[in-house]
Amino acid sequence: MSDSSKINTNAAAPDGYTGEGFFATKLDSVVGMARANSLWPLPFATSCCGIEFMATMASHYDVARFGSERMSFSPRQADMLLVMGTIAKKMAPILRQVYEQMAEPRWVIAVGACASSGGIFDTYSVLQGIDKIIPVDVYVPGCPPRPEQILDGIMKLQDLVRSESVRRRSSPEYTELLASYNIQ
Amino acid sequence: MALENSVIQNKLTHKFDTLVSEFVQLHDILTFEVNADSILDVMKFLKEDSELRFNFLTDVCGIHYPDNEAHRQFTVVYHMHNWYDNVRIRIKCFLSADNPEIDTVTGLFLSANWQERETYDFYGIIFKGHPQLKRILNMDEMVSFPMRKEFPLEDGGRTDKDDRFFGRTTDNC
Repeated sequence: MSDSSKINTNAAAPDGYTGEGFFATKLDSVVGMARANSLWPLPFATSCCGIEFMATMASHYDVARFGSERMSFSPRQADMLLVMGTIAKKMAPILRQVYEQMAEPRWVIAVGACASSGGIFDTYSVLQGIDKIIPVDVYVPGCPPRPEQILDGIMKLQDLVRSESVRRRSSPEYTELLASYNIQ
Repeated sequence: MALENSVIQNKLTHKFDTLVSEFVQLHDILTFEVNADSILDVMKFLKEDSELRFNFLTDVCGIHYPDNEAHRQFTVVYHMHNWYDNVRIRIKCFLSADNPEIDTVTGLFLSANWQERETYDFYGIIFKGHPQLKRILNMDEMVSFPMRKEFPLEDGGRTDKDDRFFGRTTDNC
């Protein structure tokens, strides 16, 4: 951006064929673009990382710029599950239930050391990473991560969503992945 | 007129004789042992006596002494507080390792309910007569009592973390 006083709101167009008065591209790209720029988050915040996410939601970092304006504190209409904080083994079934209640397509970000690996809580009562119970797309390192890191994680996920095939969710690999977690 | 430790000690010894013992001043709090079978009577006396008036149960917790002889392995510790004179006492009851059982004090203090549940959760100490003795913090499926000293702090079946990458040796893991 040359002029910093302006905000560029033009997302780059996907690859396609341009002619006079029309533009042709793959449905995958259009759907991916739409999904990536309207990831509706479901924050599952249990500890300090949740506080960092509150800062990410607030005006200074403003996660709404990424089309994540609507925080959903219910699985309804949410695409992006952000797990932020220590997940105790007692909490694991609840987290799993929230994930199962989300509709496809759904993505998961594990924010911070605890959600990713159990972090410093290397002990009997803490789940050593949420990928033990649900599939995870992006891991955000840090203890706790700064808002910039959470935004970076969201942008990484956007890249993933943008390039995902519309038919990925019905592919045998994806079914197998869910089956490995005993989901469905 | 503050309530003196000597007064508490004399009253208890006079009433309960050998059932109370080992009076000692630990960190500004009078501490003594009570025979585990008579905790209810002692606590009732402490609460209802017109001079002692220990009207508040601050805390109930457990201790495991793995090096003690078998009949004194577990301890239940009660902290009581007299709000009128601002005096605190600490009561210890030793229990055996094979059969760690003690009467519940929920009849005297309702607040003991969750405190005893927590003690049961972490030490496996059975409080006889407790209205709902089940785990309160850990998962219900858990079979062990994690604050017992023989309990391994980490999950033995772990495959996700290799000790070599965490600077841990066999001595500290």
